[in-house]
Amino acid sequence: MKGIIKDVTFDTVVGEVMHMKNDGQRLVTLSTYQAGEGKMGILYHFDKELETTHLRLVADMDKPIPSVSGVYFSAMLVENEIRDQWDVEFDGLVLDFNRTLLLDPEVTQVPLASNVKIAPKN
Amino acid sequence: MFGSFIKKSRAKSPWIMHFDCGSCNGCDIEVLACLTPLYDVERFGIINVGNPKHADVLLVTGTVNHRNKKVLKNIYDQMPEPKAVIAIGACGTSGGVFREAYNVVGGVDKVIPVDVYVPGCPAKPEAIIDGVVAGLAKFAQKVEEAK
Amino acid sequence: MATTVIPFGPQHPVLPEPIHLTLKVEDEIVKEAVPALGYVHRGLEKLADIRDYHQMITVCERVCGICSMIHGTVYSQCVEELMGIEVTDRAKMLRVIWSELHRMHSHLLWLGLFADAFGFEALFMQFWKVRERIMDINEATAGSRVIVSVNIIGGVRADLSPEQIRWILSELDTAEQEIKALQDTIMNDYSVKSRTKGIGVMTYDQALELGAAGPTLRGSGVAQDMRMLGYGGYESLDFEPVTEPDGDCWSRSTVRFREVLQSIDLVRQAASKLPEGELAVKVKGNPPEGEVYQRVEQPRGECVYYVRGNGTKHLDRLRIRTPTFANIPPLLHMVPGCELADVPVIVLSIDPCISCTER
Repeated sequence: MKGIIKDVTFDTVVGEVMHMKNDGQRLVTLSTYQAGEGKMGILYHFDKELETTHLRLVADMDKPIPSVSGVYFSAMLVENEIRDQWDVEFDGLVLDFNRTLLLDPEVTQVPLASNVKIAPKN
Repeated sequence: MFGSFIKKSRAKSPWIMHFDCGSCNGCDIEVLACLTPLYDVERFGIINVGNPKHADVLLVTGTVNHRNKKVLKNIYDQMPEPKAVIAIGACGTSGGVFREAYNVVGGVDKVIPVDVYVPGCPAKPEAIIDGVVAGLAKFAQKVEEAK
Repeated sequence: MATTVIPFGPQHPVLPEPIHLTLKVEDEIVKEAVPALGYVHRGLEKLADIRDYHQMITVCERVCGICSMIHGTVYSQCVEELMGIEVTDRAKMLRVIWSELHRMHSHLLWLGLFADAFGFEALFMQFWKVRERIMDINEATAGSRVIVSVNIIGGVRADLSPEQIRWILSELDTAEQEIKALQDTIMNDYSVKSRTKGIGVMTYDQALELGAAGPTLRGSGVAQDMRMLGYGGYESLDFEPVTEPDGDCWSRSTVRFREVLQSIDLVRQAASKLPEGELAVKVKGNPPEGEVYQRVEQPRGECVYYVRGNGTKHLDRLRIRTPTFANIPPLLHMVPGCELADVPVIVLSIDPCISCTER
């Protein structure tokens, strides 16, 4: 993968993202992948004058992940999408669709986390 | 007298409504291309409207998913009788390449009755016009039966 | 003053696609807009578990029918980078030609829909009439009007003969004349200006902070175009990103209009520089373990693909971030404060492609 890759942790992710914002970086998007049993990797992609920087966070799926939507409002949509796809919680999400941004409340399947089902929402 | 006038004109100048129900846009832009100078369906008296209460024929493109199936049903129910439904493209007829995706229910006929299926990925404007003409024959029959 | 809640969409005459906005309105002024997506969500990223990496091209091309060629290109580029395949220069240049033809037809389509959004139906018909020339080129060269499907892993599957290139260039000359004849109307007409000038303003800093992409970003004066990265054949072509400083609907439409002319120029350059060579290289084996992040410029802006391989014929993860997804937060910023009648114009000014957004 091209560009600089920095590892961040649960405690430092919001601070690092804030640091990127002060540096004038544009948040491109967040990407997710399965990183072993019960863990997911989140990549925060940044861009400044066509130079790419990635922050990598490996998170436990059963703990709420610190939301960066308070720093970049545009992270709100993609964090809601991750919430739909992985059934993880975000701590401090500015506009929480409660797993119904893309999926209908009646859907019980968690698309990207295998063998997990949740109860339908009302 | 007025009733027979409406019956006669209905099938001659059908008003169509287009609903995109989860297609990739390929079929949608081809439906729109039918309205433009090269294909120009208005020469057959067909007018594209935005209100289901004015429409006689519903054109549906794309697969049905769990959220838009309610919208599709709602729009279909709002249309006055008699009405015809035309499913456009591989997705509208069966689900197409998306049929195995997790949020896809399947073709349009899982939710509402369909009169004409237009195949193609995306369906060409010629095929869509052909489908509409075939749909109109069914529609005229329904108008007759409604007498 | 009492607040009225007005639902906008999912089925709306001005929108070809279903998106829903809940508008909180005081008098005629919109105070807040809350989006509801999911009417077109299919779950294409997950299909990588069922289809192998060759079959996924077909799926990626159908993420969005309007920019299908470029979705196919970026997916192929990702898998090629993952597998270490070097594509021939001729294949790269052919991809550029079809990509630019796609950009042209997408922008002409959008210019027409935009004219329709403020009720200028004659202009809509004019733009779509010109667009049919591009569609004819697609059909004659690739066999299909909208989804041209020329990409395969390792190159392209169709070739352009010298006669075809001469014909394409002569068609584009005619199209250029016809497009330039419409320039005065879309840019200077009094009624067009009164519906677009100063509407839905987003400043330079806001555009960067909200993560806007493509013409929406360049309409606010940010000179950023992913083609400047020089992926594919773009490194040998000469162009400048098109920008407009004002950040209103007029700027965004002007950027797209000038980009149509720029694309014609790029096709001419690519055709004159088209090298000889093989169309595709042979591909053996499966994508190895590893991850690839690629960005390309689509008609709507920067499109991001993130691909993880795991050594099998199925990809471990395929993540697609499309430009319209990035342009929804700017839209939520632009709508509050405008008049209710301007909402369709502003929504269209980001060039919403909902099937991209939700995949």
